[in-house]
Amino acid sequence: MECALKVQNLSMDFGGLRALDDLDLDVGRNEIVALIGPNGAGKTTFFNCITGIYPPTEGDVLISARGKDRLERINGIKPNKVTEKGLARTFQNIRLFPNMTVLENVMIGRHCRMHAGILGAVLRGPSTTREEKEAVKDSYAILEKIGLAQFVNEFAKNLSYGAQRRLEIARAMATEPFLLLLDEPAAGMNPNETRELDELIKQIRDKEGISILLIEHDMKLVMSMSDRIFVVDYGRKIAQGTPNEIRNNPVVIKAYLGEEADA
Amino acid sequence: MIKLNEIKRAFLVSAWFIFLTFPIMVIRINPVEHIVEWRWKNMALVGIGSFFLSFVWNYLMKQKEPGFKKTETAEKTDTIPPLPPARRIQREKRIYIPALVAIGTLTIVFPFIFSMYQTNIMVSALIYIMLGLGLNIVVGLAGLLDLGYVAFYAVGAYAYALLNYHFGISFWMALPIGGVLGAVFGILLGFPVLRLRGDYLAIVTLGFGEIIHIILQNWNEFSFGPSGIANIPRPSLFGIDLSVHSSTIYIYYIMIGLCIVTIFVVNRLQNSRIGRAWVALREDELACQAMGIDKAKTKLTAFALGATLASMAGVVFAAKTTFVNPASFTIWESIIILCIVVMGGMGSIIGVIAGALVLILTPEYLRAFSEYRMLAFGTMLVVMMIFRPGGFIPDVRRIYKFEGVKSMDKS
Ligand SMILES: Nc1ncnc2c1ncn2[C@@H]1O[C@H](COP(=O)(O)OP(=O)(O)OP(=O)(O)O)[C@@H](O)[C@H]1O
Ligand SMILES: [Mg+2]
Repeated sequence: MECALKVQNLSMDFGGLRALDDLDLDVGRNEIVALIGPNGAGKTTFFNCITGIYPPTEGDVLISARGKDRLERINGIKPNKVTEKGLARTFQNIRLFPNMTVLENVMIGRHCRMHAGILGAVLRGPSTTREEKEAVKDSYAILEKIGLAQFVNEFAKNLSYGAQRRLEIARAMATEPFLLLLDEPAAGMNPNETRELDELIKQIRDKEGISILLIEHDMKLVMSMSDRIFVVDYGRKIAQGTPNEIRNNPVVIKAYLGEEADA
Repeated sequence: MIKLNEIKRAFLVSAWFIFLTFPIMVIRINPVEHIVEWRWKNMALVGIGSFFLSFVWNYLMKQKEPGFKKTETAEKTDTIPPLPPARRIQREKRIYIPALVAIGTLTIVFPFIFSMYQTNIMVSALIYIMLGLGLNIVVGLAGLLDLGYVAFYAVGAYAYALLNYHFGISFWMALPIGGVLGAVFGILLGFPVLRLRGDYLAIVTLGFGEIIHIILQNWNEFSFGPSGIANIPRPSLFGIDLSVHSSTIYIYYIMIGLCIVTIFVVNRLQNSRIGRAWVALREDELACQAMGIDKAKTKLTAFALGATLASMAGVVFAAKTTFVNPASFTIWESIIILCIVVMGGMGSIIGVIAGALVLILTPEYLRAFSEYRMLAFGTMLVVMMIFRPGGFIPDVRRIYKFEGVKSMDKS
């Protein structure tokens, strides 16, 4: 299978704490992959290492954008460069721009695909005007896809929790990624919203051809949509496989249920 | 209705103030004649004064509360909350255009109907408008608390003074050179603080401001130390030297022109890809980076632009006063500019203009009370922060309204 993301022997130390230990993971093109594990397992740290927020202590992060057959090494480059290369993410604890409107939030996502510099912005020539108009139009189109079009002029801080999570996805989509990293997208959502989210993520994969790597605690959601699942505990990979394999894996059950599994 | 416990509270407040001010307001020791004066009248004044002020305070606080509740309910019932007055005026073309014409006419005829003294004060206010708009980019839009902003003002002023002294460079040459130098200094000082935010940034920039001040103060060979540089020429009109009176008027118009250009540039930038990136940076630095915005570049452009504006204002300042020395560029100056931005309304152009006019003009016209200037200044700040935390005219940044695909295509 063609590879979108390939992570090899990734380790991350925080002082004496080894948050990630020799982790391997790969995401194929048009695949939905889940990364699960108990609290504090190192899942978010893994995202931060891939997206350039922390430089990994050891290991390689390789990506291959659409239409490229060679893998490109991206560890150590800045977060904005990672996004430019086509990896976009959402955050576990929502990090929108609260005092900007929904539309503006998405337009920030378009930033790295636009070109106007200071001079262009001041003179506002035809190409800048066109670019701005297109940015508004594209952003609105994304909001329609994600189902937030009715909130277009609201401030992000006034949205409901579920809508804020979706807006984070919309903002990430605006950067035109080939791989979307979602950190607990269903956290804090009610069952109804979760079902819609399930639908939405599958659509993003099917219609936009975007591969997805997600961290999630909601097992129902994970099992229903993932093609493959990776399980980490204490920064180490303890299992990987299809949802069915994971469901029946005794090591995973033990990691999740602790002592009870022995009984 | 005045309730009993309100009276009790006001009474306690006045008792507390009497106690606090007792040593300074009541007792006076006359060291020459070795007698202690007891000024009981002062005590009575403090008591009565604080008693009434406490009432007024309570009243204002109560006024504030219902208004607060009103906006909250408005949000819940999903009705559109009333627009702030500044916004409403902008919307209403019928008010907006005549107001603009009136202000425009007044600005044009100002130096002819008012005295030279007034014009001079107005030029100062205009310089501060420019400084405020520049700092507004850094603090109001990009959210970078810069307490050393005066350094760039000094760079401009000394650039003109020294270039003129050594090479005889004219005002019109110095203006762009000063702008470029400002940008260079903005980037130079911006680089080391790229990683800092909030209070750390404030402290380091404060240090930079002081370093520049100290260099100017002590490096005699370079800056002529505390005695400064005198005889800086005023700007000339097509090579003709003007009298003091007409050159004041000339500088006034130069400053009006510079302010208009600044407003135009800041307004355009605010509603652009760059301006959005600044605001996003202020809102959440990490998310901003994760959305593909180059943090370093965005911060440096904000610093550089702010510094350019300050530096150009500095060139005009040097030309206006014909004399520069380090005393004009102290930390106090940075604080006034910051107050202009914060009190006027962070991120709002009209707010900053209003802030500069109020903060620079009021003290000039209240010279009679100049002893109490600082006191009034402080009180105003505290009262403002309590009753209008967003500033005189809070941010009326044009937000990107989406009005449907069709209307988009038409425009
Ligand atoms: N910046 C940091 N400095 C020091 N330790 C950190 C840092 N970030 C994370 N850690 C530690 O790394 C470990 C993994 O944290 P991480 O946030 O990746 O867990 P997680 O799997 O995302 O957990 P959760 O399911 O609760 O989100 C934790 O022990 C955490 O305390
Ligand atoms: Mg996490």
